[in-house]
Amino acid sequence: MAAKSNKSASYPSSFRQREYKPSSVWLGRAGVFILTVGLWELLSGRAFNSFWLSKPSLILKRIGEMAADGDLWFHMSATLQEAIVGLVIGMAGGTLLGVAISFSGIFEKWIYPYIMALYSLPRVSLAPLFIVWFGIGLSSKILMVVAMVVFVAFYNAFEGIRNIDRDLMDMMSTYKAKWTHKLKWVVLPSITVWILTSLRLNIGMALIGSVIAELVGSNRGLGYYITFSSSMLDTTGIFTGLVLIMLIAVVLEQIVLLMERRLLRYR
Amino acid sequence: MNDNESKLAIRDLKVEYDAKGRRTVALEQVNLNVKDGEFVSVVGPSGCGKSTLLKVVSGLLRPAGGTASIDGKEIAGVPDQVGMVFQNDALLPWKTVIDNVRLPLEIKGVPRKEQLHEAQRLLGMVGLEGFASYYPKQLSGGMRKRVALARTFAYDPEIYLMDEPFGPLDAQTRVKIGEQFLKIWEQVGKSVLFITHDIEEAIALSDRVVVMSARPGRIKAEFNVRLERPRPFYDIRFDPLFKDLQKEIWAQMADEG
Repeated sequence: MAAKSNKSASYPSSFRQREYKPSSVWLGRAGVFILTVGLWELLSGRAFNSFWLSKPSLILKRIGEMAADGDLWFHMSATLQEAIVGLVIGMAGGTLLGVAISFSGIFEKWIYPYIMALYSLPRVSLAPLFIVWFGIGLSSKILMVVAMVVFVAFYNAFEGIRNIDRDLMDMMSTYKAKWTHKLKWVVLPSITVWILTSLRLNIGMALIGSVIAELVGSNRGLGYYITFSSSMLDTTGIFTGLVLIMLIAVVLEQIVLLMERRLLRYR
Repeated sequence: MNDNESKLAIRDLKVEYDAKGRRTVALEQVNLNVKDGEFVSVVGPSGCGKSTLLKVVSGLLRPAGGTASIDGKEIAGVPDQVGMVFQNDALLPWKTVIDNVRLPLEIKGVPRKEQLHEAQRLLGMVGLEGFASYYPKQLSGGMRKRVALARTFAYDPEIYLMDEPFGPLDAQTRVKIGEQFLKIWEQVGKSVLFITHDIEEAIALSDRVVVMSARPGRIKAEFNVRLERPRPFYDIRFDPLFKDLQKEIWAQMADEG
């Protein structure tokens, strides 16, 4: 009769059930980090020419220099702004589109194959087009991010709605619930899992979009910094750009994980 | 029986399904009346369309022929008078117990303070006082079932439609919850249309037991249960009248092969 507890000792029966102590997880992670970065640092300049792969210490030094002369924030803020604004617009637009289309009856059948056709287009190749349309400023980058993000958001919302428990909708109907009630009590909570999944996937997509668009044409941003460094044969600059992009991705991902923990408490 | 005196009247009902291009007749020539305050159980082999019958009465499914009416008015869309208890509880996993119970009141537009008060009262009635802030996942199957019952009591319908509500529970919990439900029902005294495959459960609860045949489902036999109320849900099973009924109904069911 009592509520089930997950804390009781049990044999790890399935691959997801295993629980580890947080301390051993974090210690292991730190170990992997120190090992790879340490090997990189040690081997670079000894086993191979540090011109090709740079060196962690050089990258760290570069970041320090960039922070000092204001370059760091100048480029990072541009990329961050494009990625986040595009992510928000793309997520909202794609999710709303997914919800609307899955409740649109036969219209769904008409439109769905075309959406999938657009999705299969390598959207990276749209970057030159957006730059022709909007120039090398912010809007072409944001549009690129939206193009990268919107499909995953659409597809997840769409699938989420198809996976809503029919019994729950029937239950709401038998209580004579209006569609606003159904939306608030069943539809939105049901697809929250899906929206969060698409948000996590889309962090990477958004950064790809903004950096690609910057590579193709811009005068600011981490993508620009990478191409600029490349033209100077400055591998440390290229790696610095990559490290900073990774850093942004990790931080954004952690924020989404925190949101997930709050919103999916009931599981 | 006259239609005028029945709460729920089903006449020559026929229901068809379109599945993979083939028409399947789920129900045919079903005639059934449920009087105000009467407890009617429908028993039959699985797949005989018992649940389909409930879907028609709850307005979720349109019949291919015949009529189903409540208070003399033909059912079109979900009627105001019915409340459904689903086989799998249909609780909202992202809402706490108290929020699940107050859901029908929220939809009705009852002020929030009253909602919470009434939901608390009903939780007490089903013996779940301390569990208001739990999520359904943290509860056992029997407790979830009681939350679902409390929610339906909150809606306070004139006809309770129950689709094998105690089906997935283990035997012991089944008896306990059945007993509790019977006690509460004897106080509210509303009509019930109860679907089950458990003959004993049907007799112990009902005023009348209806036996359905295998697909296409038809009503095969009806038995009045002349056992006194209030009944002891478990001990009534040792009453000779109960035993006789059980035998007769079983004979009807066994016929189906």
